[in-house]
Amino acid sequence: MRKIWLNPGFWLVLAIVVALGAWPIFQQDAAARETGFTVLLAIVMASSLNIVMGYTGYVSFGHVVFYGIGGYIGMYFIDSLGLPLPVAVLFGGLSSALLAFLLGKAILRLRGAYFALATIGVNEAARTFVANFQPFGAATGIELQFSVYKAYGGALQALWLVYYGVVGIAIFSVIFSYYIKTSKFGLGLMTIREDEDAAEVIGIVTPNAKTWAYVLSAILPGMLGVLFFFKNGNVEPGDAFRLGFSIESLVMIMLGGQGTVLGPVLGALGYQRLRGTLLTSDLMIGSLPLKDFQLVISGFLMLLIILFIPSGLVGWLRQRFATLRRVLA
Amino acid sequence: MKRTLSVFFTLLVFASLLLTACGSPASEPPAAPAPTEAPTKSEEPAAPAATDAPAPAAPEVQTAVIGFTASLTGKLNVESTRQNNGFNLWMKQVNDTGGIKLADGSLVKFESKFYDDESNKDRVQELYTKLVTEDDANFLISPYSSGLADASAVIAEQYGKVMITTGAASDGTYKKGYTLVYQAYTPASRYLTGALDALANADPNAKNIAIIHENDKFSTDVAVALEAYATGKGYTIAMNEGYDTGTTDFAPIINKIPAGVDAIMGGGHFADGQQFAKSLFEKGVAAKYIALLVAPPEPTFVEIGDAAYGIVGPSQWEPLAAFTPTYGITGADFVAAYKAVYNEEPSYHAAGGYVAGLILQKAIEDAGSLETEKVKAALDAIDMTTFFGGIKFDTSAEAHGLQIGHEMVFVQWQKDSAGALIKQVVWPLGGKTADLVYPK
Amino acid sequence: MNFSNLLTSLVDGLLIGVVYGIAAMGLNLIWGVMRVINLAHGVIIALGMFGVYLFFSTLGLNPYLALLLVAVLGLLLGVLIYFIVIARVINAPYLSTLLATFSINMIILGLGTAAFTTTPRDSGFSLGNVDLGPLTLQGTRLVAALVTILVTGALYYFLYRTRPGKYIRAVANNRAAAELMGIPSDRILALSFGIGTMLAAIAGGLIATFFSFTILSGDIYQQKSFVIGVLGGLGNPLGALLGGLILGVLEGILPLAMPNTWVPVIEFLLFIIILLVKPSGLLGGRQ
Repeated sequence: MRKIWLNPGFWLVLAIVVALGAWPIFQQDAAARETGFTVLLAIVMASSLNIVMGYTGYVSFGHVVFYGIGGYIGMYFIDSLGLPLPVAVLFGGLSSALLAFLLGKAILRLRGAYFALATIGVNEAARTFVANFQPFGAATGIELQFSVYKAYGGALQALWLVYYGVVGIAIFSVIFSYYIKTSKFGLGLMTIREDEDAAEVIGIVTPNAKTWAYVLSAILPGMLGVLFFFKNGNVEPGDAFRLGFSIESLVMIMLGGQGTVLGPVLGALGYQRLRGTLLTSDLMIGSLPLKDFQLVISGFLMLLIILFIPSGLVGWLRQRFATLRRVLA
Repeated sequence: MKRTLSVFFTLLVFASLLLTACGSPASEPPAAPAPTEAPTKSEEPAAPAATDAPAPAAPEVQTAVIGFTASLTGKLNVESTRQNNGFNLWMKQVNDTGGIKLADGSLVKFESKFYDDESNKDRVQELYTKLVTEDDANFLISPYSSGLADASAVIAEQYGKVMITTGAASDGTYKKGYTLVYQAYTPASRYLTGALDALANADPNAKNIAIIHENDKFSTDVAVALEAYATGKGYTIAMNEGYDTGTTDFAPIINKIPAGVDAIMGGGHFADGQQFAKSLFEKGVAAKYIALLVAPPEPTFVEIGDAAYGIVGPSQWEPLAAFTPTYGITGADFVAAYKAVYNEEPSYHAAGGYVAGLILQKAIEDAGSLETEKVKAALDAIDMTTFFGGIKFDTSAEAHGLQIGHEMVFVQWQKDSAGALIKQVVWPLGGKTADLVYPK
Repeated sequence: MNFSNLLTSLVDGLLIGVVYGIAAMGLNLIWGVMRVINLAHGVIIALGMFGVYLFFSTLGLNPYLALLLVAVLGLLLGVLIYFIVIARVINAPYLSTLLATFSINMIILGLGTAAFTTTPRDSGFSLGNVDLGPLTLQGTRLVAALVTILVTGALYYFLYRTRPGKYIRAVANNRAAAELMGIPSDRILALSFGIGTMLAAIAGGLIATFFSFTILSGDIYQQKSFVIGVLGGLGNPLGALLGGLILGVLEGILPLAMPNTWVPVIEFLLFIIILLVKPSGLLGGRQ
């Protein structure tokens, strides 16, 4: 394997994420922190999904399941067992990984659209199951007392702490993503993406490789789920397993360029900022506020990109400017 | 790189703006577009009123910003839009009368700032933080549902901003140790208990009830509290089951209702409640009394025709229920003013939006200040009757801010002499406009 | 659980199953012919609901006449969507078609919410009830079942007995070979997409005659359509009816044996298991 620190593409993507994460910290600006949180969360979700989707070529609509399960396990640990946040985050990630391992053994045998459909089923099965599962509060979910934040120096401090956690995970996620892409394991995944049968012929144990890719993609969302729901103070089945969130992650990857390291990062940044800007915009279209049409506009933009730049921003740049290939990982 | 990207996206945004502008005539605007937030006041661009700053000397007019998110898209869009309308009406009335006079003689006018939360939790905290830190909101109003309100309450507490909740009915929100969150509505635990009292009053022998509710946080809270209350009063709970959010086919669960049930209670939100009532009618279910959440008080409930007949529903407020206010306008004045602006009959969500403003107004007047501490003290002390009904907050540490002064009114769809369906208030007896039709 | 209870549940299950069937038929046809999972299916069902509702409540048109109009409009809309969007991505990896149809979904949903809000609507239309022993059946539901059977029959006839129908099957089988035989595949694909959309609109229109709905109501039928597709065999439009009936009956009978909220859990687990064990569907349609 090549030494990744010699590659400018690695440093570029790392610099972008570090800059995004550090900006609110230097500013000590809470609004910037919240915006940063949303963007970094999206970056991690997109980057981790990219391992399965971009590298391995398996489209999953169930990525949010790992986020939801991790979040639920973590909240359960904090609320019922009184464990500290970092431990809960760790367990959230581990339980998602375990779930991915078991699920992967079963559904990764399916290919193409059949796998995609199965992941929709997994998402709905998880949501409806948790809505019936009493230890997790069934339909009511889990609520944290406001006093829980005291242990972390009050709500204000706790929110910053959560933010540091997300920055750390986001930085880790891009290093991780880059590392996998350039490793022999990653090359195996990309061989599976191009031709799974051929991959098997040349000696890649595809079921194992796919399962590990799935497990690796599940850990970080599981950890994020704990942080997000801890920050919000409650978790409900509908929030934890929102199919739309998985689809949004797919969209981000498409926007940026699947199978690249930088693509999901830029896609997540662009998508989240675009939605955020539209949601808070004061512009008017005739007598109607632009805000009312944010769904239409987002859909329309997405359609334009899919129709005209199907390989995403990074993919397009790489095709267009060969010299950029070294820089855009 | 980042700049190129943002330029790229900005260009795309503008391109699509143009296209959407050309394409928009295809969709007619809804009948009554809500007036959006007042144009930003240009007189004071630099220093909008900050809570902690001492109020400037008279006769200066300062502007207080009230921030909130509403669900312009997503499943909670109706409730939110009406609530928004009601709130805007309050704001317009206060501003038209010159604003509120503070202790130091200065006047306060109001301005609102709101964002779309898309009925989901992802951005609620981001938007509320933006409201507090960038839009300098002095006071907050909660998003519509309990889950979203919980998320925003964390931010309100953290920045020391008073938040009035409307629509966030679950009791749990107020038992989490918040100190600045105040509930305008009757909490979930008391949504259907009155319906049971009404039943007991009409027929002491009806003891067998079935509870069927949407399997979400709010409806489950209501059902749990109802079951506890009913069991305590010696009722038999023949069944207590949920249905998945989004259910349209109620036949399977209706087929499970045991024979000999006197009353059916439960429901969830609009679409499911309406369809549930319709299915009960079509399947000829022989219950003598049916009480459902949320949907029945809505004017459009009548679209289901005869299926609406006899259905009882809890309402936070009804135009017919004539409370004599000790503060603020009368119910009749509110209805007239609302109709004049929005061309429709106000629902309780509209009244709730209005009363959220009214509560703040009263508290600011009593406090004579915009400072959080003083306003909080005034809120804790409020004990008033408005056109919306009683308003008083729990001030104990366990359930601070829980609404304890307000009672639900119960409506029933009945037929007038011409046979047309009309809504009547049947409970509490003090506010009734007609007797309960029983058995329905 | 007594017999009449079981019978009622069974019949109710069949009646909703028919509706599920027609809702899934279009999705299945589109998948079968062009390997596109149409994520705008649900929102087009919702448009069908609003179409019938608006024709009925504002113009006073008979709902079944309105249904015909809605069907024609659905066909046109489908062809339009095909030429503007689908044709450009049909040869791209299937993710592109998924996301393209998802963006169409977002656009229609956004416009629909702005135009109609999410207030529940109800046509208030009724054809009275039919009493059969212990059963009370609604007229509108019976007509919906009848229409579904007619539409299924017509679709079968069209696909197997008419020239364009045979072209569609040929294109579904092997597009390249069909083109070599001189079949204008582009027009045939547009027609298939149009018919798929038309079926969705018809399903929505029928649902509007007996259920309350909002612009978001199509979603639930789209989700069930996936389950039905797998039950009846993905790509087999006629299997959709059978898949719908199976799902409807399961939903009718299962709550008698377990808490109602567990039914969807079972439903989705079953869906995953069938995908794993027999992805070609219970009927064993083409894979």
